[in-house]
Amino acid sequence: MDIIANLLNGTLVFSTALIFAALGGLISERSGIINIGIEGFMVSGAFFSAVTAYYAETAGFGAFSPWIGLIGAFVFSVIFSTIHAVACITYGANQVVSGTVINILASGSTFYLVKMIFAGSAETPILTNVFHKVKIPYLTDIPFVGKVIFNAYPTTYVAIALIIVFHFILFRTANGLRLRSVGEHPNAAATVGVKVNRTRYMSVILSGSIAALGGATIVLTSNSNFAYNTISGQGFIALAAVIIGKWNPVGAMLAALLFGLAQAVKDQFQIFEFASKIPSEFFYMLPYLLTLLVLIGAVGKSRAPKALGQPYDIGKR
Amino acid sequence: MKRSNIFKRESLFVPIIAIIVGLVLGALVMYVGGYDPILAYHSMITKIFGSTFDMGETIRTIVPLVMCGLAVAISFRAGLFNIGVDGQIIMGSLGALIVGTQVNLPPFLHGLVAILAGAFLGGLWGALVGYLRAEKGISEVVTSIMLNFIALYFSQFLINLFMLQEGTQRSETIKDSASIQMSWLSNLVDGARIHWGFVIAILAVIFYQVYLNKTKWGYELRAVGLNPHAAHYAGMNVPHILVKTMFISGVFGGLVGAFDVLGVFKYVAISSTTSGLGFDGIAVSLLGGNTAVGVLLSGILFGALTYGSQGMSFGAGVPAEIIRMVIGFIIFFVAAPGIVKLLFRPFHKKSKEEA
Repeated sequence: MDIIANLLNGTLVFSTALIFAALGGLISERSGIINIGIEGFMVSGAFFSAVTAYYAETAGFGAFSPWIGLIGAFVFSVIFSTIHAVACITYGANQVVSGTVINILASGSTFYLVKMIFAGSAETPILTNVFHKVKIPYLTDIPFVGKVIFNAYPTTYVAIALIIVFHFILFRTANGLRLRSVGEHPNAAATVGVKVNRTRYMSVILSGSIAALGGATIVLTSNSNFAYNTISGQGFIALAAVIIGKWNPVGAMLAALLFGLAQAVKDQFQIFEFASKIPSEFFYMLPYLLTLLVLIGAVGKSRAPKALGQPYDIGKR
Repeated sequence: MKRSNIFKRESLFVPIIAIIVGLVLGALVMYVGGYDPILAYHSMITKIFGSTFDMGETIRTIVPLVMCGLAVAISFRAGLFNIGVDGQIIMGSLGALIVGTQVNLPPFLHGLVAILAGAFLGGLWGALVGYLRAEKGISEVVTSIMLNFIALYFSQFLINLFMLQEGTQRSETIKDSASIQMSWLSNLVDGARIHWGFVIAILAVIFYQVYLNKTKWGYELRAVGLNPHAAHYAGMNVPHILVKTMFISGVFGGLVGAFDVLGVFKYVAISSTTSGLGFDGIAVSLLGGNTAVGVLLSGILFGALTYGSQGMSFGAGVPAEIIRMVIGFIIFFVAAPGIVKLLFRPFHKKSKEEA
């Protein structure tokens, strides 16, 4: 029982970054803008959180500095989101290409800046103040469930709260309806007075910043610094989570949890005698293999927003 | 018949301006960062042309970029976006490594078989992406990325299992008979690691041009890329064409991996990440407008920039990553040509008024 509880708790740890990133990707894609750049936004978030948290730490903010890092990642990642938004929305660039540019620019510029700021070092200094798991009083005492859910990093609670908030916004509010309509049929939305480009700008910028929180989570909980392999492909897994979750926040969260589970299995199973005989490469491969198999098997035809990838052309109205 | 339009003024204008603006922005970033951009670009050029050895190594850097550019370009022309070149490269080096270390064959033939094995494994890896897209409707973007990581760990697994050099983090070296180095050419450029891949890359560019523009298969490929529904109604077997295209794309990628193993390093190092060359291939194919000559030219540009960037960090202390930013800027302006035209609108107006 303890092992399963540990496994599920580990799942939450690994999934948190993916939940943020997948939610970020989803918001943009719901408005009709493909976001291949999630990986780049995660890199950006990881970098900016490491740097702001580091300076907050040296300025003496102590235990508050990871929170400042989180905010730093959110705020500064607007730069990259805006680049993507301008290219895709104002200039009608191929959205996949623009996303690729974000990935290249984000990794190139952050590694450049790390070397520039930290005198040639390939990674940022190790942070002394990072998030610690928070035990929620009384609730932790619930057998099993308490151990799984109510003993987690604060970022996990933030991520799950965001999923609930965005699920509500998307499907229960007028703004959510506008956002979805822009992704399904921008010309029809425009005829009823929705500002298509403004809505898309907002969602792309929000998208990048929320995905950046995913990168920040990795730095501020498990890694404690930013290096070239901090993200290594997690943004693309998040992208898969969006597709498997059928562009639905709760669905994307469940898919992210599935990948988190695959990663947690690796950590938990290494304790066992029989697992030590299984080559470690298999466990590393597992999340990716699982993604592929889920895509092939369970998903069937996934239903993307209709206008996904199409620039809004007022002439087509 | 319509000739390819690469030499028209309009189609050259945007890439050239994009390159210039990209380099200028790179200089600006260096200047703001407290470095000397003129010294940096000067040391970059010195690094590229400094000696015959450097020129040889520049060519060695260009070869895989051209191949990766072709791999991405051919998928683009069929309306697919192959982000999986990295994985196809890994499978290519795995195939070449297995034949190069485990098989005994006479020289020349050994190298040839090893290259073919790499090309075939890379092709299969690409075809798998094409199959999943064509038959199951799964986005090639996601599957190709997943297959990148699966290839990475699969290759590590096989190397660890039966090709590991004791006590190191790399495979045993390939047999001498499998080497594809061109020693006479290598000697000519002071030992730079030039190999037969150089010749194959040139052949690949010609193949791409002919296949795409002069054959029935190329015509079908382009038709599918322009409008798969129309191609379907015209009686083309769209799924078959997609799988075939991705196979060829994978072969180009697989060859890159085979070249590295057989011509440059002689072994495969166990690395925690993929090479990223596939992503550079996206840049190359975009700047080259997915045409054969365009890919060749942009491959030469990015290869020279990449190799030269090592000189920048050595000569001017500038982190070599700056060149990634420059490449990012260049594709950004190529992808959104409206911005380039906006930047130069004032000049356009003036010249028109004067005329």
